[in-house]
Amino acid sequence: MTRSTTQFVLAARVLHWLMAAMILSMLFIGIGMVASVSERHEWLIHIHKPLGIAILLLAVVRLIVRLRNPPPPLPADLPAIQKFAAHASHWLLYVLMLVIPLVGWAMLSAGGYPVMLSDSLRLPPIFPASAAAFAIFRHAHAWLAMLLFLTFLAHLGAALYHGLIRRDGVLSSMIGTRRR
Amino acid sequence: MNVPSEFPPSAASSDGKAPLSNRSVLLRFALIGAVLLLTVFAFGYVGGWLAPSRLTAQRMINQLQANAGVFPGYRRNHAKGVCVAGYFDSSGQAQTFSAAQVFAPGRTPIVGRFAIPGGNPYAPDGSVPIRSMALRFSQANGQQWRTGMNSMPVFPVATPQAFFEQLQAQQPDPATGKPNPAKIAAFFAAHPETAAFLAWVKTAKPSASFATESYWSLNAFVLVDANGEKHAVRWRMVPENGETATGGSDPNYLDADLTQRLAQGQQRWHLIITLASPGDPTNDATKTWPADRREIDAGTLVLTSTTPQESGACRDINYDPLVLPDGIQASDDPLLPARSAAYATSYLRRTSEEAHLPGTATSQTEAKR
Repeated sequence: MTRSTTQFVLAARVLHWLMAAMILSMLFIGIGMVASVSERHEWLIHIHKPLGIAILLLAVVRLIVRLRNPPPPLPADLPAIQKFAAHASHWLLYVLMLVIPLVGWAMLSAGGYPVMLSDSLRLPPIFPASAAAFAIFRHAHAWLAMLLFLTFLAHLGAALYHGLIRRDGVLSSMIGTRRR
Repeated sequence: MNVPSEFPPSAASSDGKAPLSNRSVLLRFALIGAVLLLTVFAFGYVGGWLAPSRLTAQRMINQLQANAGVFPGYRRNHAKGVCVAGYFDSSGQAQTFSAAQVFAPGRTPIVGRFAIPGGNPYAPDGSVPIRSMALRFSQANGQQWRTGMNSMPVFPVATPQAFFEQLQAQQPDPATGKPNPAKIAAFFAAHPETAAFLAWVKTAKPSASFATESYWSLNAFVLVDANGEKHAVRWRMVPENGETATGGSDPNYLDADLTQRLAQGQQRWHLIITLASPGDPTNDATKTWPADRREIDAGTLVLTSTTPQESGACRDINYDPLVLPDGIQASDDPLLPARSAAYATSYLRRTSEEAHLPGTATSQTEAKR
């Protein structure tokens, strides 16, 4: 199994790119909907909630895939500080993928809103109604999303650095073009 | 990304590819920087940071605060009100037009709120001729219908932008502490769509009771029946007790009147749903529909008790008119998403104040006024 040491498994690669598109869309949907008073506000909210739950479910699947299939090792010559940054940012991304949707769900629950994913599909509340808890969750949801955006930028920058400057196979291990 | 000083940029990659020249390394770093910067700019643009003139919910609420002041923990509009509770007894007559559970025969519990417009929770009840009724219907299936209605048949303006301009025109002049009448006159002159509202205001008197008023949805909505057919509608709550009287001199007479009436017995309204005919405007709350449109008596609203808003169940409810159950949908009225967005901003501000989060308004702001 030499391939598994140079590339992420297919499931991991598919999940990565699918979720990359979903999460990036989600960040723009989130920032766009709170800044809008037009009908865009409404349809963005209608996408935001089911998309958030889909990200939560896929993040769980992805975590399982990751734990069962260790990723290819980072280049041996990568400085320790960069290795640490790579691992820390990846685990931060996993945590945020799981926590942000849960905080959003808890926030709607605390606000006393029915958590509607569509016209008729409703999720049960996961937190009792409480105005103070709503406020805390609502702010946390926004700040964590900002942290996710910054982590995403670092991740994107690092990927491009590996792909364009170091050309060390880290980027191609996720793109899946690497041939040995 | 920081430039890795540990690595001579010209070092061969671990793939054994030809080394990059210093110039090409620099270009590639510039490309990476450009991609990241572009992403940040796109994010900032969508978030409105790079478009300071765009109307946002935050600007709308800031304007309401500029007009009335900041009263921590209170709604930014319709700040003065009382909580009520009761139920809705459906007649089943609206069932053919909407699949919403609330319209099936039976009872749906209600937590509601009566209020007067404006952001000042200490305004005298006689200061405005408008009253509002907000209701939250809690369906057995967990879905909710929230609605905020006003005691007038039309809204002054049709768009969020015009409403914002109206608020700007009504902002008190710092010199006099009162709105400038010339600015208000100029606003109404520039907005002929306000004519129907102004005609209503001329005849309107501050009512002596919440219980004798009719309350209109103002915005159009869409009912969706079991077959997926859509029906544009407006609705209103019509009181069984419609005797009219104007209020007394006590600044809080509405609360006292409601408490007294409910001590004597339940207060009842009929939910009258008006069906649009083809061509009736659904995106213009300044226009009424012709009086001959088909109407349905969907059931009876029965209110049985009242509690002060500071301690009542309505305090922490955001009566967002777009919290709708399956079977009721928003129309194309542009005021609806704007109300939803602005209510959400107001709700976040007052709940943050209730939670005493840092950076939120404190009661000192209130004391200054």
